[in-house]
Amino acid sequence: MASVTFAPDDRYNAFITTLSEAETGPGRLSGIPVAVKDNISTRGIPTTCASRILAGYIPPYDAHVVTLLKREGAAIVGKTNMDEFGMGTTTENSAFGPTLNPADPTRVPGGSSGGSAAAVASGMVRMALGTDTGGSIRCPAAFCGIVGLKPTYGRVSRYGLIAYANSLEQIGPMARSVEDISLLMEVLTTHDSRDSTTISCPYRHTPDPSVRGLKIGVPEEFFGEGVDPRVAAVVWEAVTRLEQQGAEIVTCRMPSMSFALAAYYVTCTSEASSNLARFDGVRYGPQADTRRPWHESFQDQRREGFGAEVRRRIMLGTFALSSGYYGKYYAKAQAARQQVRNDFVRLFRTVDVIAGPTMPTVAFRLGEKTDPLSMYLSDILTVPANLAGVPAISVPCGTSEGLPVGLQVIGQWFRDEKVIDVAAAYEQGASL
Amino acid sequence: MSDNSATQPASPGMAIDDEVIIGLEIHCQLDTRTKLFCGCSTDYRDDPPNTHVCPICLGLPGSLPRVNLKAVEFSLRVGKALNCGIAHEAEFARKNYFYPDLNKGFQITQYDKPIAVKGYLDIEGEDGEKRVRITRVHMEEDPGRLVHKGGADRPKYTLVDYNRAGIPLIEIVTEPDLRSPKEARRFLNKLRATLEYLGVFDSEKEGSLRVDANISIQPKGWFEREGKGKADRGRVEVKNISSYKGVEKALTFEITRQKNLIRRGQKLETATRHFVETRGVTTSSRSKEMEQDYRYFPEPDLRPLRVCDWAAEIMLPELPDARRARFMEQYCCSPIHARTLTGELKLAEFYEKVADIDTALAATWLADTLLGELNYRDMSIVVVPPEQFRELLELLKEGSVTDKTGVEVLRVLLDQLKETGSCEGPRACVDRLGLRVITATPTLAGEDPVVKAAKEAIAEQPQAVADYLAGRKEALNFLVGQVMKKTRGCAKPGDVNTVLANLLEEG
Repeated sequence: MASVTFAPDDRYNAFITTLSEAETGPGRLSGIPVAVKDNISTRGIPTTCASRILAGYIPPYDAHVVTLLKREGAAIVGKTNMDEFGMGTTTENSAFGPTLNPADPTRVPGGSSGGSAAAVASGMVRMALGTDTGGSIRCPAAFCGIVGLKPTYGRVSRYGLIAYANSLEQIGPMARSVEDISLLMEVLTTHDSRDSTTISCPYRHTPDPSVRGLKIGVPEEFFGEGVDPRVAAVVWEAVTRLEQQGAEIVTCRMPSMSFALAAYYVTCTSEASSNLARFDGVRYGPQADTRRPWHESFQDQRREGFGAEVRRRIMLGTFALSSGYYGKYYAKAQAARQQVRNDFVRLFRTVDVIAGPTMPTVAFRLGEKTDPLSMYLSDILTVPANLAGVPAISVPCGTSEGLPVGLQVIGQWFRDEKVIDVAAAYEQGASL
Repeated sequence: MSDNSATQPASPGMAIDDEVIIGLEIHCQLDTRTKLFCGCSTDYRDDPPNTHVCPICLGLPGSLPRVNLKAVEFSLRVGKALNCGIAHEAEFARKNYFYPDLNKGFQITQYDKPIAVKGYLDIEGEDGEKRVRITRVHMEEDPGRLVHKGGADRPKYTLVDYNRAGIPLIEIVTEPDLRSPKEARRFLNKLRATLEYLGVFDSEKEGSLRVDANISIQPKGWFEREGKGKADRGRVEVKNISSYKGVEKALTFEITRQKNLIRRGQKLETATRHFVETRGVTTSSRSKEMEQDYRYFPEPDLRPLRVCDWAAEIMLPELPDARRARFMEQYCCSPIHARTLTGELKLAEFYEKVADIDTALAATWLADTLLGELNYRDMSIVVVPPEQFRELLELLKEGSVTDKTGVEVLRVLLDQLKETGSCEGPRACVDRLGLRVITATPTLAGEDPVVKAAKEAIAEQPQAVADYLAGRKEALNFLVGQVMKKTRGCAKPGDVNTVLANLLEEG
């Protein structure tokens, strides 16, 4: 079997694990080095979620998407750095140290798929897989100046993705061009009956960069409070360019934005508190002290194995699901989530896609976000797509203060093709 | 087995105006070929630990559950057989708690949307036919199993076996409608029979049934007045009962314990206790009893089940009550025989394989004789080859063996089966042991073995002969017994009677 040699200069700390020799074969991705986020299971290759608690864990099986990549001949050359279990917006919450932003190494690459974004942006790999629970593909794509797509919920199998928040997250492609995003989508959407939340809906599509007659909704909230005016200006310019290419711009409102962030954090922390319960030291992770009573050993493992942000979210989620608080938090979050869906349903009656900034600011300086709340707030523009399950792409649309800015395009359920078309239109228009 | 004590109070010495309130939660392993959420085989009992496992049932990070539709179908059968309503939308939920046998840190179960609700099962209660209401039937996965090494009391270390993890279970919850340990056992027997008839459960498999019992003693009529939740006295949940006999034992023990506390004027706290099968007692659980908060929420990896239409299409097989009625109708079984014979699927099927020889003879020999002998040896009907039993019935029917020697032959054959797993043919056995019936010749010739034995008995027992001749007819029975002994039970009691009477008349 043929192989690809991989000897990158990983000066941005994009990888947790690299393979100097990666197998490749015939197929649509033959010979192409692909990086995989380290929360996606790879048989025989350590998969850590950037957490100490999974130290030494080598999955005995491949995630469905990894099987698909291999089937098309891709060379899986490494596992990329991330915020621990996907919990963060900067890739600083990693047991393996932060990843740096290739566009400016004093800045964070965004997160949580910061390693994948940096690996692609720096040219170490042509494409990568990320995962997006509340913006974890789109944020680093925007901060590093590449393209990243969060597919419709249920379009790509999550089998083998180490769950953070099952009802929100999707695996998705990251690349430097929309064309490569489209190519990866063709590979990733082969159906997998092992994920009961998927629908068989293979992506067979060549990007069509024509936006003539397309109605693009621009919610006021995407340009409101908290959004850096300089970033807003760059994105408006991008939207205007799409208008010049023949699209019709319609300003609109998304009232559910006011509670989307709260609904998101209650939901994701609740699910995380349950998903991460299995890391108790019995089956994998660092050797547990078997002389101690099991419940004390469990506590030690979890206190020492999880980082601060993970512990914080587990505690938040545990609280939100507690009896007496379930109705106040979890159940209420689900009701709010329904309102977000309703907003999208209503908007998509009149527009084809929704556009706005991916992130309210450009990439933060390393160490800049010290309090968790201000970091959570930066997810405000990306979480609605996860809450509703709709596809959303981030495509580079210029710079502010010399740093990349992303244009976010959100589409209707299972119309991933459309957001890819709009991103392709912007990309081609910008290069003219 | 028949109960003669159905009219006695649940526990002697209980205050006359108190009554026992019992509700059961029964966990049964569904007899599917594969596990609830993966393709691993459920046939693990004879295999080494952790050999029937995969990423899914080990709960490896990233694995996802996929529902076994056979398990859903089995659950629907149970729901229908227990006269339940099938949920328009059933949903799986996560029950979150930490325990070393729990592979994911949560158990996938059903919480506020179980697959079936509000049914009933009719049983033979303390005062005739009784309807026990079923609160709900829900599906869930079995956790793994802990194996304590180096003694159960102070184990040196503990190993975890995940072969059992992911075996499909149904939990059946009753309303607190049972009023005695005996009723509880009868309910379980009826439920077991029903599940076996449905083809969804194999009670022969070790650990296939586990019961938690809720029990309290309340002033008579309190429950009817107040309903659930306003207990005058605390209610105890007894966990960890894993056999049918254990349920009755645990409940009886718990009633005595509670009764003693009440008599001493102590307050009965609501509590969880564990049944220790080997000692037949319940013990207080460790101090974890801050009310566990399981933080249930809908399982995000599975879609809700919408199975009403499917349930409507499912045809149920003949169930125990229907079969009992048919046995009375078709084979003219007595009500007691019919109930016994249909109380276990294997037994009912066995009966139908041999009934054609003589329905009444077969019923008596199965329900009264064979079952008793099997129970005595702790054996199951499944090990008895029906064709051998047929042959025995034929011998009895044609009069080649007496009832007495028939039992003897049966015992020999069962002992052989227990020891070697097979047995000789009843005819061969009868001939080997020389147990074929001796028929007396009417001539009273001296060489006739019955006549010879009778003459010996008369000679040896002059007192009995004198008593008989003095008009004490019961003395004849004694002499008959003596003759039977001499002929090793091979003589027909009627023949012996006639021969003896004739000899004595002749003087």
